[in-house]
Amino acid sequence: MHYSWLSILKNGLTGQKGWTPAWRDAAPKPAYDVIIVGGGGHGLATAYYLAKVHGIHNVAVIEKGYIGSGNAGRNTTIIRSNYLLPGNEPFYEWSMKLWEGLEQELNYNAMVSQRGVLNLFHSDAQRDAYARRGNAMRLAGVDSELLDRRQVRAMYPFLDFDNARFPVHGGLLQRRGGTARHDAVVWGYARAADRLGVDIIQNCEVTGFLREGDAIVGVETSRGPIRSAKVGLAVAGNSSRVAQKAGLRLPIESHVLQAFVSEGLKPLIDGVVTFGAGHFYISQSDKGGLVFGGDIDGYNSYAQRGNLPVVEDVAESGMALMPRIGRLRLLRMWGGIMDMSMDGSPIIDRTPVPGLYLNAGWCYGGFKATPASGWCFAHLLAKDEFHDVGGAYRLDRFRTGHLIDEKGVGAQPNLH
Amino acid sequence: MRIPCPYCGERDAHEFAYLGDATLTRPDPAAEDAEARFHDYVYLRDNPAGAHVEWWYHANGCRQWLKVERDTRTHAIAAARAAREADTPAGDAA
Repeated sequence: MHYSWLSILKNGLTGQKGWTPAWRDAAPKPAYDVIIVGGGGHGLATAYYLAKVHGIHNVAVIEKGYIGSGNAGRNTTIIRSNYLLPGNEPFYEWSMKLWEGLEQELNYNAMVSQRGVLNLFHSDAQRDAYARRGNAMRLAGVDSELLDRRQVRAMYPFLDFDNARFPVHGGLLQRRGGTARHDAVVWGYARAADRLGVDIIQNCEVTGFLREGDAIVGVETSRGPIRSAKVGLAVAGNSSRVAQKAGLRLPIESHVLQAFVSEGLKPLIDGVVTFGAGHFYISQSDKGGLVFGGDIDGYNSYAQRGNLPVVEDVAESGMALMPRIGRLRLLRMWGGIMDMSMDGSPIIDRTPVPGLYLNAGWCYGGFKATPASGWCFAHLLAKDEFHDVGGAYRLDRFRTGHLIDEKGVGAQPNLH
Repeated sequence: MRIPCPYCGERDAHEFAYLGDATLTRPDPAAEDAEARFHDYVYLRDNPAGAHVEWWYHANGCRQWLKVERDTRTHAIAAARAAREADTPAGDAA
């Protein structure tokens, strides 16, 4: 069913009885042209672009749980393309461009809201670093504005500008950045992929790989074997576990990242604001809750829940930035499992195992990358070639020395 | 999460800093295939879901390095020993 004002009107007049499920609950067929393991945003976007851009419709997306049950529903919904390094910036900008046309493309309201992302700086040195990043963005054709204290005060007068330790000196603003409704992004991609013939197979766990000689020719699942000459992994959080079934060790550690939402408030913050002296980012959902988060907990974890030291750290950062949230009550807090890679950047590449392709290592930047990640991974699966904007995300870069270390902290995953 | 430090007793994880996998062994830099083995040592990890042996440093306590066995699925800690008493291989940088 195509969604339009006409379909809303028609169903409104007929008791809302005409709506059909957004996608089929497909049962696995014996074989496909391409299998995507992982029904998160990246896997579904890959399947959608395989069908839409490359004409490969005989595709299965295999998901252990249900659509939206993993990190797709656990992130803080921020979209932006304010990166420094040449390996990253064109990729994230391509993602931003896809976000801008996403809802018309998918015929689905993903609530993409370009409300602006403001990174605050608190010292002269940090201003220089942000000016450099803003200039790098402009060289890549991306919008960026360096705001002084007066301009930031006009936007957010309630920030603690004269904080004794971390006064606000200004900020780097990307007006085209913002937020999107995270669940709607996966639902929209799932529905659009399904309409192009992709089978979305939920509650189906991959337990191993089918092999012929060295090559992988399909997957063993909890619902039986499924064959395919090409298998793509998009299981961030669990990449090491799934790759291990194919005999691979990855440059990845799994870490837990917590996020928080407050009770609902009247409109308070109309954009995304990040604190530059600690790690803290905040925006307000359309329901009114303040959505915020900070650092990863910092130790290997698959537990999908974190510990109190980071909760305290996030709360302290929030109070240093905007003391007026001090009496807010938290509504919910939760954790998601991140693929923390060794240089803080992702991997979209073939693997040494023929037939197996890898999309992994998204650290905590995966949500904003969803459209471009799917675009580039689909390109790689369909053509066996790297896409121009995602070509730097090679698995062997740790061997060749072409690391993409945006933060410059080295091979220590919990510091990225 | 509380870590049972052999010197200080059970202490909040807040007091500790984390380094990572404690099963890695620094390769011999004079070996023929040292370059490949250093790549594996620096960048590749088993990253298990389950029992994980890892280095923690009691920074805000006794300032000793500990070798802790912890379940990454539940955060339950099975054992914590002082690094100097653990069977650290000779020449390991940690």
